Amino acid sequence: MTTTTNISTKDTVWEEHEALIDRVPRWLAMTLLFVIVVGIWDLVTRMGWVSVIILPTPAETLKDLFFVGNNLISGKYMLDALWTTTLTVFYGFAIATGIGFSLGVLVGETKFGERAVMPYLVAIDTMPKVAFAPLFIAWLGFDIGSKVALAAFIATFPIVVATAAGLYAATENERMLFKAMGATRMQTLLRLKLPTGLPYIFTGLKIAAVGVMAGAITGEFLGGGKGFGALIRQAASQLNTPRVFSLILYLSLLGLALYFTVVWAQRRFVFWQKVDQKGGVV
Amino acid sequence: MVEAQPQTDGQQIQQTPPVYEIERLSKTYARNNLVALTDVNLRIHQREFVSIIGSSGCGKSTLLKIMAGLLPPTTGSVMLEGRPVLGPRPDIGMMFQQATLLPWKTTIENIVLPIEIREGRSAAKAAYTRAKELLELVGLKDFANVYPGELSGGMAQRASICRMLVADPAMLLLDEPFSALDELTRDFMNMELQRICLERGATAFLVTHSLDEAVILSDRILVMKPRPGRIVEDVKIGLPRPRNLEMINTPEFGQIVAHIRGLLGQEAYQ
Repeated sequence: MTTTTNISTKDTVWEEHEALIDRVPRWLAMTLLFVIVVGIWDLVTRMGWVSVIILPTPAETLKDLFFVGNNLISGKYMLDALWTTTLTVFYGFAIATGIGFSLGVLVGETKFGERAVMPYLVAIDTMPKVAFAPLFIAWLGFDIGSKVALAAFIATFPIVVATAAGLYAATENERMLFKAMGATRMQTLLRLKLPTGLPYIFTGLKIAAVGVMAGAITGEFLGGGKGFGALIRQAASQLNTPRVFSLILYLSLLGLALYFTVVWAQRRFVFWQKVDQKGGVV
Repeated sequence: MVEAQPQTDGQQIQQTPPVYEIERLSKTYARNNLVALTDVNLRIHQREFVSIIGSSGCGKSTLLKIMAGLLPPTTGSVMLEGRPVLGPRPDIGMMFQQATLLPWKTTIENIVLPIEIREGRSAAKAAYTRAKELLELVGLKDFANVYPGELSGGMAQRASICRMLVADPAMLLLDEPFSALDELTRDFMNMELQRICLERGATAFLVTHSLDEAVILSDRILVMKPRPGRIVEDVKIGLPRPRNLEMINTPEFGQIVAHIRGLLGQEAYQ
């Protein structure tokens, strides 16, 4: 009897606890965590436990955020740099999407692609792709081209893999249905396999959106030029850590914009699939 | 043999030429030299509902695929309405275990899909009136413009019945169509299927695992045995039409089921 009572008490407490967390709105939980992290950050720098050269104070960072923001809004040199990086990311993503999708269809739809092309793609994909940066610089120079190439190179593979996986996603019965309806190979590809694979393809595009940012910035670190990556490297070499922090923050806005454009497109084109705010599949 | 009486108009059916006719069919898979089917002979007449029953792997799916023109036979002749089946044909309607509706198309767009694939988009649009009549027939007329994600399992299968019927096929091939549904829905759908087949005078061939389902729906049941796949008996079901679920409890029904179970059971212990 006693045991039974204990269990039921526990259950009640547990349920109430869960209900409490559920009642806290998301914005409040996020703000709370933000305040805690910034509070610890402020404490650590204020007490001198960490040198301000290594970790600037929140106040300094905020001041620099305003400075960089002002520079961007008034269209000074930082805006040019951000524009250069934006173009690099845009071209890189477009090229990766085009090549990745085409290779994905080749691999997913043809025996030749699956047997002959895929092994090479897997082999290249396992290499550290950043190591190709010097090659791209040698081939394409210190201009935007070498950065676009590196960004596209990194972002292509997730799209190839996702597209190929997407084309395999149609079930045996669905394929049989199309066969029984006398559908041509092209009809089966366009009206069954591709639409069925769209959720997979968008997952690949989201991974690529993260990769293309990393590729563009790495390219700018290694190859100089006029982009945001060059500004970050410059600030870091001058030990201007607040600047590095604020540049990274503004750069992350570019990454978020690209990512959520893909999420928006997914909701628009894969309307039958339920997608949550973070772009994950429910 | 079973004491079940032949169907009242059974004699009449036999006199018309068969809709579907298979003679001395065999299928051997060259890859592993497996004999899937041997000496299968089969005649299905107009308005007849024929089922095939057998254990898993007895070759009934292979037979259905050959009948649908999805798989070539090794030897023998396969004729639908006097013409050999050499590939998928518009006068064959098919239904699968899953409804296989495309989630990005509305119910009515899914139903006219066979026409869209064969004759293009404008022909599909022209078939909307027909599709709406079919939706009414299966009791789904308010769901024409709904996406399949909003349909229940039973409703989805009713929509796939419409898709099967839209091109007005001469032969319906049903591959365990309701086996993925829960039992209550399945019973209801079987009665619906009977009603639709009677109303349209359809000729149907059903592959099933369920003895009750086969007996309640069929005019004839072909009992199949594996290794190699062959038809061992052609059981005529004399229960009057329209059938209803209460018939399952009659001694007549029980006798037929027991007889077929006996035929299948011997195999299970070999």
